[in-house]
Amino acid sequence: MTSPTRERAERAPAPVPTTPTTPADRWRALPSPLRHLLLAVLALTGVCGLVLVTGDLAALRFAAVGYTLLALAGLQLLVGGSGQISLGHGAFLMIGAYGMALLVLHQPMLPLAANLAIVVAVSAVAGVAVGTATARLHGPYLAGATLILAVGLPGLAHRYHEVLGGSNGLNIRAAGAPPFLEGIVSTSDWRALVVWTTVLLALTVLATISSGRLGRRMRAVRDDETAAAMAGVPVGSTKVAAFVIASTAGGLAGGLQAYVLGTVTPGSFTLALSLSLLAALVLGGIGGMWGALWAALALVYFEVWAADLAGALDLGRDVENNLPVVFFGVVLILVLRFWPLGIQGLVQRLLERRGSSASAPTP
Amino acid sequence: MTHFVNLTLNGLASGAAYAALALSLVIIYQATRLVNFAQPALALISVYTAYTVTQLTGSYWIGFAAALSAGLVAGALVERVIIRPIARTSELNAVIVTLGLLLVVQGAVGMVWGNEQHALGYAFSYVGRFSPADAFALASVAAVAGLLFALYRFTPLGLRMRAAAFHPEAARLSGVRVGLMLTVGWGVAAFIGALAGMLAGPPFISPNAFDAVFVFGITAAVVGGLDSPFGALLGGMLMGLAMSYVSGYVGPEVATLAALAVVVLVLSVRPDGILSRPTARKV
Amino acid sequence: MSTEPLLRVDDLHAHHGAVRALDDVSLAVPAQGMCAVLGANGAGKTTLLRTLTGLHPATSGRVLLDGEDLTRLPAERVITRGLAHVPEGGGVIVELTVEENLRLGALWRSSRRDTAAMDEVMDLFPPLVERRHRLASTLSGGERQMLAIGRALMARPRVLLLDEPSLGLAPLVTQKILTLLRDLRDSTGLTVVLVEQNAAGALSVTDHGFVLNQGRVVTEGSSAELLADDRTRHAYLGF
Repeated sequence: MTSPTRERAERAPAPVPTTPTTPADRWRALPSPLRHLLLAVLALTGVCGLVLVTGDLAALRFAAVGYTLLALAGLQLLVGGSGQISLGHGAFLMIGAYGMALLVLHQPMLPLAANLAIVVAVSAVAGVAVGTATARLHGPYLAGATLILAVGLPGLAHRYHEVLGGSNGLNIRAAGAPPFLEGIVSTSDWRALVVWTTVLLALTVLATISSGRLGRRMRAVRDDETAAAMAGVPVGSTKVAAFVIASTAGGLAGGLQAYVLGTVTPGSFTLALSLSLLAALVLGGIGGMWGALWAALALVYFEVWAADLAGALDLGRDVENNLPVVFFGVVLILVLRFWPLGIQGLVQRLLERRGSSASAPTP
Repeated sequence: MTHFVNLTLNGLASGAAYAALALSLVIIYQATRLVNFAQPALALISVYTAYTVTQLTGSYWIGFAAALSAGLVAGALVERVIIRPIARTSELNAVIVTLGLLLVVQGAVGMVWGNEQHALGYAFSYVGRFSPADAFALASVAAVAGLLFALYRFTPLGLRMRAAAFHPEAARLSGVRVGLMLTVGWGVAAFIGALAGMLAGPPFISPNAFDAVFVFGITAAVVGGLDSPFGALLGGMLMGLAMSYVSGYVGPEVATLAALAVVVLVLSVRPDGILSRPTARKV
Repeated sequence: MSTEPLLRVDDLHAHHGAVRALDDVSLAVPAQGMCAVLGANGAGKTTLLRTLTGLHPATSGRVLLDGEDLTRLPAERVITRGLAHVPEGGGVIVELTVEENLRLGALWRSSRRDTAAMDEVMDLFPPLVERRHRLASTLSGGERQMLAIGRALMARPRVLLLDEPSLGLAPLVTQKILTLLRDLRDSTGLTVVLVEQNAAGALSVTDHGFVLNQGRVVTEGSSAELLADDRTRHAYLGF
């Protein structure tokens, strides 16, 4: 089921290595926002094709991969980019999801794009608040503080249950496909496409930031805070900026999740979510956007596979309920034991081996 | 006023469990520079062992002893089999592996015992204001902390453990088997974590029973200073009191957010916790 | 001294990744000998000591102490054979008290407190006596070096390896420590191997010297010869 997605993922940057050097050089000469945008358009075309040829269930899973990828890409920028370890990323997903749900419930006339824009703004503000409060913390201390955020925030849904719906959460009905597309694309297909369009746009922004000045500053802070400060990098504001970008990506991802699932409950933003986001990121490979993609695929499909497996083997309810999380944990431990750089490290090594055996002069 | 006194006494009792958990985190952090997210998993193994043993033998205290022994063994095994090979590669990876372990153990416990709650008894009666169970919680944590202090301060094993934690290479040159000391340290930490589990678990245990306790425990450790066992005890008591007051006067749902406020406040004044010692260690 | 040397190194090789750090190093130190290993920064002196005590793996070659092969012995076992190593900077554990640091040195022999050894060390280094119960972090650089040597002596070693005991110390303190080591050799029969950048100081107290350059032994001879050899002095020792 994933193989088409993987192929797409590998095909996306393909024009670069397969064509001779001159177009590759020309490609690299393009300004980086344009380059990232072109890649995004290419990827979107691939996703469109996939969504249209597969069924509703697959489309929903693609959508899940999409928003998970966005959340992970934000976390990647924070952890891999600026070296701050956040265990509370789920809190920002929750803020985004509840923001989205409240907007749909109370301002039904607003178009989706406006909702998403408001969600982005709200989660950015939350990011500023949390980022400023925790700017002085480092290493395990930051991890501890963000961990508490992730555990504490769902409590608000119970505290203000008149507004936030308590443990039942909020249910919304977001708009489906526009009338003129009815019959061509199903509601699920349409939602998957909306998600991926938003996600790829956001990823373009993230990639551009990461390759730009702010990205360089973040990496400088990550590698050596003191040295970065001596070199004139404003350490504090760079760290806060990284936090805000991550929280915004997380919030947007949460908003998209609410849009796709049509329901938000405090139970879906548990500590386990925050922890598995970070764990998946390390599993995928810390540092680059590819690592985030593997991580998103792993998070979504491991669960699917494990559930399928448990169902097929008829293992009983207790085993079936717990198999996904055990499976994920075991894979995580084994991958880090044998490939410390995660899946992306493994992929890179395989690519290099293939590259050297084909004796293609790689630039 | 009685309300306040009750809340204080409750806070001290629950603070004992947080302090024990924080202490187990600090022991491992001192030795390995690693926040052990698998600590609730080890506590989980311990309390479920207690549950099963108590069911079989009918004796709470045999179960209690089994829990502490299970913690000791599980902690040592985890260090030897899972943590050591990975700790060499990267610090973040080691932390993530403890997370992975938490997921695996929570899932495995759910597979074996089911996700529903099981009843686990108290050591003593829990009825009334500052019940015998509360007194036992405070006394047992105080005893364990005292024993740990004596172990560290007065025994050759403790000296070896401290040397291995502070300066592994110098310790090796003095003939200390650093690897063995790490294993012992994890065992001791998980032993104390198991005690925390036995105190915080009742009346009901489930695979996610320790999530909240763990969060308060880690908060206590961070607030007290991850490097300082005394800080862990102090932080645990502070957290117990703070959570008790917030739950009593504002509402239990916001207790965790109050914990966050405590952390942010304390750490913005002392970024390494209340009792951290300013050393020349590289930050 | 034609008898079998106490410490013998045969064709020792060691690497840092792909870089060769020790290249075919052979040396022999007689019992009760005191010799210096000299050379510039990066010549491989520290790696040599670390390989001798098992902190760094040898690629090939052998380390023999009184005929026993120590090459593959883990670092924590080497001390039990009588080879003590005072690492660069001393390796004093600053979080422990002075007395705890010293006790640690004797722990491999017995868990019981060795008051005799403790008294001997305290006699040797009077400044440590009054600071006995203080944290080692409160000591000065010279006192830390004394504590480090004292801790190594608590193990009652046959051979004492010292990595730059003069690092960061005032010349007078350095001289005091070097003289003390020599007196210790004379009075107890301890064998001493001294790694030093401070070649003049080291050669003034030792009886034999080895000069390392890029991981190889380029010259060896009696300390007096090396001091007199202008060519070696200029080429490798920089004075």
